[in-house]
Amino acid sequence: MAASSREHVLSLYRLLLKESKKFPSYNYRTYALRRVRDAFRENRTVEDPKVVEELVKRARDGLALIQRQKWSSIIPTIGLRQVKLPACTASVSGVHRCVCVRVCCSVCGGVC
Amino acid sequence: MMNRTLSRKLLVSMCGICSRRLSFAQSAVNTVQKQKELIKSRELEKDELRPLYMDFQATTPMDPRVLDAMLPFQVNYYGNPHSRTHAYGWESETAMEKARKQVADLIGADPREIVFTSGATESNNMSIKGVARFYKAKKNHIITTQTEHKCVLDSCRILEAEGFEVTYLPVKNNGLIDLKQLQETIRPYTSLVSIMTVNNEIGVKQPIKEIGHLCRSRNVFFHTDAAQAVGKIPINVNDWKVDLMSISGHKIYGPKGVGALYVRRRPRVRIEPLQNGGGQERGLRSGTVPTPLAVGLGAACDIAQQELEYDHKRVTSLANRLVQKIMSEIPDVVMNGDPDQRYPGCVNLSFAYVEGESLLMALKDVALSSGSACTSASLEPSYVLRAIGADEDLAHSSIRFGIGRFTTEEEVDYTVEKCIQQVKRLREMSPLWEMVQEGIDLKSIKWTQH
Repeated sequence: MAASSREHVLSLYRLLLKESKKFPSYNYRTYALRRVRDAFRENRTVEDPKVVEELVKRARDGLALIQRQKWSSIIPTIGLRQVKLPACTASVSGVHRCVCVRVCCSVCGGVC
Repeated sequence: MMNRTLSRKLLVSMCGICSRRLSFAQSAVNTVQKQKELIKSRELEKDELRPLYMDFQATTPMDPRVLDAMLPFQVNYYGNPHSRTHAYGWESETAMEKARKQVADLIGADPREIVFTSGATESNNMSIKGVARFYKAKKNHIITTQTEHKCVLDSCRILEAEGFEVTYLPVKNNGLIDLKQLQETIRPYTSLVSIMTVNNEIGVKQPIKEIGHLCRSRNVFFHTDAAQAVGKIPINVNDWKVDLMSISGHKIYGPKGVGALYVRRRPRVRIEPLQNGGGQERGLRSGTVPTPLAVGLGAACDIAQQELEYDHKRVTSLANRLVQKIMSEIPDVVMNGDPDQRYPGCVNLSFAYVEGESLLMALKDVALSSGSACTSASLEPSYVLRAIGADEDLAHSSIRFGIGRFTTEEEVDYTVEKCIQQVKRLREMSPLWEMVQEGIDLKSIKWTQH
């Protein structure tokens, strides 16, 4: 089925990861990236088309959810900069202290 | 610091008070404050980096999915769920009932058995005082443990003043209670046994199933404070034969200010309500149910159920990593609590020959705590550690590391590294450590007696 085709799923995965990187908060960002990756990896071998359809739908819901939340994260507040960890290369933007962060869909890891 | 000098300057200029008199008052205030707390609370300055959060037992950040579920009810669907005459009320009520079902599913209960409260403290108060007072005529004995949360102990103290008999069971050195002792303590006129599932300070998991079966066989109600356990370990109130269970929202990545109480319907547990009013929540807890918070709690429970296995596996591996790294690098570190019967995400370590507060101050890049948040204000060591028989000096030097859903390997590694470095540094400065290195047994020393 076109909707659940491999390319579609892959592009959804890429989009989810791209949006995940935009979380201002270190903890949410790392959790989102990790969860998306692990969820997609876990469901990599699923063959049953109904289940695949369901998972893809959840992924799309997650993406929509994050795009909804995007506006609330643009509220300018005090900078949210956390202790620089030695292995951590992606530092926080330093502009937003965002309480309403984008949501993560649980199965596919959701867009963040 | 800056604020105080600024305010001082302002005062001096405004009131023309003699600066000498003001500084005397200031220093008096300072000494009192120093006696009260060693770690001064202060606002983070403008560009200061925030510390890493490793205190998941105190509270947890809200999961973004929970916030997304709550927002519509804060903004648009703001009706009172008890309004029966218009759509605002109906939609609110539907959401509230859906949340109730989500909470019930997590613990294996029926939705009608869940009562929304303002938190686990209220749930604990309701269940202990409610059950005790309802069955006062025939039964007036209550059993609890010495390691319970302050709200449970305080409720029992109030009941003692009302004329009830309360037994505080001691715990073994590993933090678990002795089932034989519990069996012997139960009397024909015992109405309630209250034992927490997972301790918030040392992380030990009590044998709730055995306790539940024991209480059911002796016809005693069993209440458990599962605030730290819900969503982290699998719970089934029917398997465990639990009659009352307290749930806290902000310990499972949900909103603060909401909790739930599970009250069994078969066999029926009767409670005298603490909060009277319009008869909401089966008459047990009157008052408008805060729909957004209830929805948040429901979403948090739903997410916890789905993520339980994944989170548990991850938290276990991170906790093992933390403990192994610390224990392999520095000697004389004791883990408080049973090593097997525990929730891995709560690690309480005692570093010998190091003072707990100074270690916390040294680790100011990491948000940790020694003892629970409720007791960390006083300078006494935590009563939980005292109950498990830890030595005074070890009890003073204990730190609780909390690992949760959002902790990363880098955070754990950073914490471990910093901890090892600071412990080594503090031990270098400690004369006790020098004496231990020379082989002197500290317990044999006779300190000067006046």
